[in-house]
Amino acid sequence: MVAVAAPRQLPRLFQHKKSLIFAAIVVAWLVLWLVFRNVGTLALGAADLTPLHRWINGVNDAVGASRNSNPVFLYFFNEIRLVIDEFVTFIQALIAQPSFGRPVPVIGWLGVVAIAGFVSLAVAGWRVALLTVAGFVFLGLQGLWQESMDTLSLTLAAVVISLLAGIPLGIWAGLSDRANRVLTPVLDFMQTMPTFVYLAPLTLFFLIGPASATIATLIYAAPPAIRITAHAIRSVPRNTVEASESLGATRNQTLVKVLLPSARKTIVLGVNQTIMAALAMVTIAALIDAPGLGKTVVKALQTLDVGTAFNAGLAIVVLAIVLDRVTTAAAGERRKLPRWALFGGLGVTGVCVYLSHTYLWAAEFQSDVEIGSSINKGATAVTEWAQDSLPVLTGGFKDFVTFALINPLQALLAESPWFLVALVVVALSFMVGGVRSAIVSAVCIALLIATGLWQDSMITLASTLVATILVMLLGIVVGVWMGRSRRADRFIRPVLDAAQVMPAFVYLVPFLALFSASRFTAIIAAVVFAAPVAIKIIADGIRAVSPATVEASTALGSSSWQTIVKVQLPMARGALTLAANQGLIYVLSMVVVGGLVGAGALGYDVVAGFSQGQLYGKGLAAGLAIVVLGVMLDRLTQAAAKRWTN
Amino acid sequence: MDPVISVRDLWKVFGPNASQLVASDELKALSRQELMDRTGAVAAVRGVDFDVAPGEMFVVMGLSGSGKSTLVRCLTRLVEPTAGTIVFEGENILDADAKRLRDLRRNKFSMVFQHFGLLPHRTVADNVGYGLEIRGVPRAKRGERSQEVIDLVGLSGYEKSYPDQLSGGMQQRVGLARALAGDPDVLFFDEPFSALDPLIRRDMQSEVIRLHREVGKTMVFITHDLSEALKLGDRILIMRDGKVVQVGTGDELVGAPADDYVRDFVRDVPKSHVLTLKWIMRPPRPDDELDGPELSPETVVREAVRSVLGADKPVKVVRDGELLGVVADEEILGVVAGEA
Repeated sequence: MVAVAAPRQLPRLFQHKKSLIFAAIVVAWLVLWLVFRNVGTLALGAADLTPLHRWINGVNDAVGASRNSNPVFLYFFNEIRLVIDEFVTFIQALIAQPSFGRPVPVIGWLGVVAIAGFVSLAVAGWRVALLTVAGFVFLGLQGLWQESMDTLSLTLAAVVISLLAGIPLGIWAGLSDRANRVLTPVLDFMQTMPTFVYLAPLTLFFLIGPASATIATLIYAAPPAIRITAHAIRSVPRNTVEASESLGATRNQTLVKVLLPSARKTIVLGVNQTIMAALAMVTIAALIDAPGLGKTVVKALQTLDVGTAFNAGLAIVVLAIVLDRVTTAAAGERRKLPRWALFGGLGVTGVCVYLSHTYLWAAEFQSDVEIGSSINKGATAVTEWAQDSLPVLTGGFKDFVTFALINPLQALLAESPWFLVALVVVALSFMVGGVRSAIVSAVCIALLIATGLWQDSMITLASTLVATILVMLLGIVVGVWMGRSRRADRFIRPVLDAAQVMPAFVYLVPFLALFSASRFTAIIAAVVFAAPVAIKIIADGIRAVSPATVEASTALGSSSWQTIVKVQLPMARGALTLAANQGLIYVLSMVVVGGLVGAGALGYDVVAGFSQGQLYGKGLAAGLAIVVLGVMLDRLTQAAAKRWTN
Repeated sequence: MDPVISVRDLWKVFGPNASQLVASDELKALSRQELMDRTGAVAAVRGVDFDVAPGEMFVVMGLSGSGKSTLVRCLTRLVEPTAGTIVFEGENILDADAKRLRDLRRNKFSMVFQHFGLLPHRTVADNVGYGLEIRGVPRAKRGERSQEVIDLVGLSGYEKSYPDQLSGGMQQRVGLARALAGDPDVLFFDEPFSALDPLIRRDMQSEVIRLHREVGKTMVFITHDLSEALKLGDRILIMRDGKVVQVGTGDELVGAPADDYVRDFVRDVPKSHVLTLKWIMRPPRPDDELDGPELSPETVVREAVRSVLGADKPVKVVRDGELLGVVADEEILGVVAGEA
């Protein structure tokens, strides 16, 4: 017995020791912080540059100078840029921009509404078709028709290219294990990288404008299509495939007649994800001068014009809802339109397209009932009212989080000497994930220092950690509730789904109205952006705890609280760590958006880099620092997850 | 008559270097567990031999993990055998190339699966016609043939339904119709009724017996259910740990189990339903009166009870006029009472 008991006690003792060591590290850090405060913080002024930043500026200039002489550019990057530009311009010419010597696009608003309505009718039924028509007309009434069509054009272009590349790749990864093994880490990388980070390098190669915007969108939007297609192919039941093989089907026959039809619904969901991702990214690509609604929002945010930002944000939401409903419904039951409806719809659509091509009233959206300016005014009024009359509520909450959480953490991270933070991070990494994690963290810290943006990184890290803590609090409370109550799940899940569909920008607007531009606003926007993912993961994890175990716990007389704390949360710890990991990555991907509303630090550096030539290099370095932070936090949480779940 | 299928020394080993493992007599002699411990490989099918006669209903029975499903998949090479020969109508199908194998699957054999393996996006008629479609049979002809087999399995009126609108039993009828549509020489059944509830299972068993009688195809039927095996099988092969334990008719298994494993298995079988008189008759004793009624040695005990108990003299068991033995009250009661 003794021999059995001894090794069993060891890990517990070890764990106990671990929390002691952890506490000792934190205490030592605090003491040393008091001693060394503001020494060696590697601060860099807003307009200051390091040699690295200047060097990148130099590269940028050199590339700009040789763009039309260097063969790599002449025959590769420029070609790609031209093809994509042509494609985007073509779609814009059809629905968005005056073209072919005409004062208006080829198809005017009436034609676009008719086409959108008819497509919705064909794939999603008359209800969704009504929603589509109403939504598109609403865009026009907002006075944002052309901006909306620019956004739609860019989205469509990116989606078409994403799917042309993504679905075949997905099928390949679905059929071949080897392809899957090669593609998975690439997709992981594409998806974990914060979206804004590749905007700047892309402009280096493809200039500012639609081509860069489309390629950035591609990088963001293609992975879901690839992944979900592969997953769909893989989850066709083995016995269905076997039955087909046993009847002598060739590989192609099995693919075309069994795998693809069975996977159709899931693949359409992948298309849905791609479209939503593309829309989100197209609006963000406004930072590199992509035309459309995103640009309106960015401009308004930069001048803190909440009314205009809200109006354009609302248009993005309307577009998102319409696109989401249509594609979600298309993934449902296959529907056959009656012949008369099909031809009738085609006829009406044809007439509308003709009218909108020929007559100005059907081409240009001119409305006497312009509601855009009313929305604008209304939003501004609400904002002013909120800022005037709610400062006790909003201000109290804001001050509490700022003074209780953000300030102390930021002071600790950003005002410690760099070597102290490095030491602490490496020590903690070693405790969490052993030598490997310690090495990864050390390398990441070295890279952060090399970017010349150490203190900015620490400020951003503090905000990120605060936001993640809030995300996890929210995630655990709401996730446990959803996991335990089917009814709560039924009501909350659609809201979360809708929230995830919204482009990140849109979140900023109402919080900007409530809290004005500050670090806190950026943090709250990041929390709202990241919380749905974390909540869903935790809810699913709680739900996945075996009902038999919960029943047994109840039968032993546990209270609900005891069941949650002693059974469900511990058994769902895999989900908890995954939620923390995803929460971190989502929060981090909002850093740049936060930079637009006063988050400062890395986010501001990136945004400033887009708009001011001499800060280009610094912006790029800040983007790199965000990636490095992301990699470090991702590795650390994954190592923690591994250790904790085993 | 030549067997339709003749299997010799068939091996299937899952794991690294499987083909080298079966080349070694030493490793082949190991038990499954020992092989697993020594090499990490799993021997699912180990040196199986058997023949299936034309028109026969051949049942392979074993518990889960006995290798029976792997065995039937080896026969059509849905699972690639590691070693051995499978001669089908004079041709070793292990030598067939991909194209020939497809031809065989399209024309010569077809399979009915435990979980049906229907295509959810196709109607019943299109599911049944799927095999014909991939062979390139024109649509009109396909519809005609599908309708024939749909009628044959009793699904008339459901042609336009989708699989998820049908009960499990009906879905399996679709699976059966699909297998029959190509008019194959051999039908393989992989535990086709295990997923069905007991009443439906009984219906489907009768259905298969009826079809076997009507279309006269050779059938290989996999099951883990002994009563199903005894009900359907002309002959039964019992598998354990990938090996053949015994092959024989139902009454042979019950009357003369090859080892304790089989004896244990058949212990609860109602013997009077399976055993025939030849298994319980005894040699006539001098004091027997031999002018009683006569019965054939193949008469099942259950059917002989009334005649034997009703006669006041022992019943003679006679084949072609030759007296093989006698059965009296005590033999009959021994079987019937033994079941209580």
